[in-house]
Amino acid sequence: MDFELSDDEVALAEGVRRLCAGRFPLDDLRTAEGSSVVVDTDGWRALADAGVFGLRAGGDDGLGLGMAEAAVVFEELGRALVPGPLVATHLAATYGIVPGAAEGEVVVGSVERPAPSGGRAVVPIVVEHLGALGTLVVVEDDGISLVEAGTLDAVPVARALDPLTPLWRVDRIPVGRRVGSAEQAARWRREEDVLDASLCVGLAFAMLDMAVEYAKGREQFGRPIGSFQAVKHLCADMLVRAETARAASHAAAVTIDQPDVGDPERASAGAALLAAEAANANGRSCIQVHGGMGFTWEVPAHLFVMRARVVAARMRPPASLAETVAERY
Amino acid sequence: MDLRYSDAEEAFRAGLRAWLESVLPALGPKPSPFDWPARRAYDTAWQRMLFDAGYAGIDWPVEGGGRGASPVEQLIYLEELERAHAPYVGVNFVGLLHAGPTIVAEGTPEHRARFLPPILRGEEVWCQGFSEPGAGSDLAALRTRAVLDGDDYVVTGSKIWTSHAEVADYCELLVRTGGEDSRHKGITWLAMPMDLPGIEIRPLKTIVGSTEFAELFLDGVRVPAANRIGDENDGWRVTMVTLSFERGTAFVGELLQSMELLRELRALAGRTGAWDDPGVRRRLGHMGAELDALWALTRRNVSQATRTGVPGIGGSVFKLGFSELRQRISELGMDLVGRAGLSWDELPVLDGGPPLANAEIVDVWGNSFSRTIAAGTSQIQRNIVAERILGMPKG
Repeated sequence: MDFELSDDEVALAEGVRRLCAGRFPLDDLRTAEGSSVVVDTDGWRALADAGVFGLRAGGDDGLGLGMAEAAVVFEELGRALVPGPLVATHLAATYGIVPGAAEGEVVVGSVERPAPSGGRAVVPIVVEHLGALGTLVVVEDDGISLVEAGTLDAVPVARALDPLTPLWRVDRIPVGRRVGSAEQAARWRREEDVLDASLCVGLAFAMLDMAVEYAKGREQFGRPIGSFQAVKHLCADMLVRAETARAASHAAAVTIDQPDVGDPERASAGAALLAAEAANANGRSCIQVHGGMGFTWEVPAHLFVMRARVVAARMRPPASLAETVAERY
Repeated sequence: MDLRYSDAEEAFRAGLRAWLESVLPALGPKPSPFDWPARRAYDTAWQRMLFDAGYAGIDWPVEGGGRGASPVEQLIYLEELERAHAPYVGVNFVGLLHAGPTIVAEGTPEHRARFLPPILRGEEVWCQGFSEPGAGSDLAALRTRAVLDGDDYVVTGSKIWTSHAEVADYCELLVRTGGEDSRHKGITWLAMPMDLPGIEIRPLKTIVGSTEFAELFLDGVRVPAANRIGDENDGWRVTMVTLSFERGTAFVGELLQSMELLRELRALAGRTGAWDDPGVRRRLGHMGAELDALWALTRRNVSQATRTGVPGIGGSVFKLGFSELRQRISELGMDLVGRAGLSWDELPVLDGGPPLANAEIVDVWGNSFSRTIAAGTSQIQRNIVAERILGMPKG
């Protein structure tokens, strides 16, 4: 038993971190704020070359690695706020259902087809990054289908929450071409939750780092605000949330790779629940530590806060995740 | 990252499990928490069984008479003990987890020969004399005075939160040998026999009604200078050395016990109908996710300790998260048993069915208040996390 990152996993994380710092520095990303196409072709290819999409794919295109490595990679992507339908393209490449996904030639998005409402209000169908997509994966209880993105009847969302995640509203999703079974749909949802959890863990750490750095430099009453216990305790709680969620998301990933060590469904639901919570709560604390400036566009805290909400909205709702854990405990 | 145990680790587990299955039935029922002599007898008998089977001082280095087990083996050891509902260290806590390892690291060969074997065999019980009424979170403010007079230190002062004082043979005592304001630089570590004249013990009753710890009043107690571990005025460092023995396994038993408690609460909710309430299911599920995460964090800390010799940053993070989670679980327990939780004793249910185990739930709840206070309050832990891990400036 060795639950620390292996040397290879550390090297992988460092490689992705370097790639993000070189290709996706925050100042560059921000030039695309509010655009309808945020994903650029070269950047997407660079991610593919680094193995982000194909690392679990088999055959000649893939590296044949596991969820543990994917979790490590997605944590870094979250930390660096890299935009785009990263998880959907990765899963499409992993399952081999969209040729060109692993190589970064096709940008793949995903959407959940809503179940029949039974007369209750249904949240709108929203597709991320539609303007950049080649293929859209439609996930529903009885399987996975593919729809050509260009055929969708979609309306751009005027003021999307995250300036780096453009959205389209869709009223109806076409039937599409069935490429996966109900079992594969369940697997997609589980793995999407774990990779979204990893993105959230990265966001939670990014916001912790930002808050700590600010608290060390900002002075009031003649000393750094980070010397006040009230501020220290906010930051300590951010670390507890981030480290706990990180351990949970790593354990979920390893449990998917090694199902004999636990219950993948319980581990994934728990990781998603805690990671989304960590990202959202750390967002709140990050802005609190920054004071008034945190509430403005002068500091980038809001970008991380908004991204956390985008990722959390892809997951099953917290109540459903918690009940899943309770039922399987 | 690998959560599978190696063949050697599984073999260690299998041997331990078989041994536990063979000996535990002979151990007899646990004594009343109010009967200290019986608790001492029970805990020390168990320690003797561990010693005879080669499991005593599992985490102690071999040169101290321990087994020198790897951090992962320690984890498995605690996991199997909890799984088998074996006793934990009980009154042997201070000797096995603190005083003993300190003497292993800092004692002379004579100290080791005198003090270590009786701890491992369950023959001598230790208590801890660190905190004082005026030195709690700020331990370096301690004022119990020791003055060298011939071959003895003459000790006068008072100590508090001394667990197992009534049944202890020795006390690991921190005393002021330097000047009044010498703080960390004027403290000395003494092994004080508890039968010396001038020691008065006043038990403190906790909110759950038992006397888990006591106040010690020391009036001119003559402790042989030969019982000093380490140099005079070097006691702070001597004390801190022991912390380096921590391998991230300090709360493993309690964490696993909390997981079992949550499963019991789930079953209880099923019996009372509370499970039909989605709010209850979500509280249970959330706490389950947190326990799973802390179990993952434990295995991470143990893995770090295996590689580096120390558990890294995880210990304080774990302590903070676990203490508060344990309190929330205990609140859920009280919410679930309702009026059945209004007594420390088991109250029968109306339909004549099996009891709701409310006594255990009430006991866990009552004891949970100490979680965020003992072994460093959560407020102090947050300062430590912020300053030592996040590098924030001292106030």
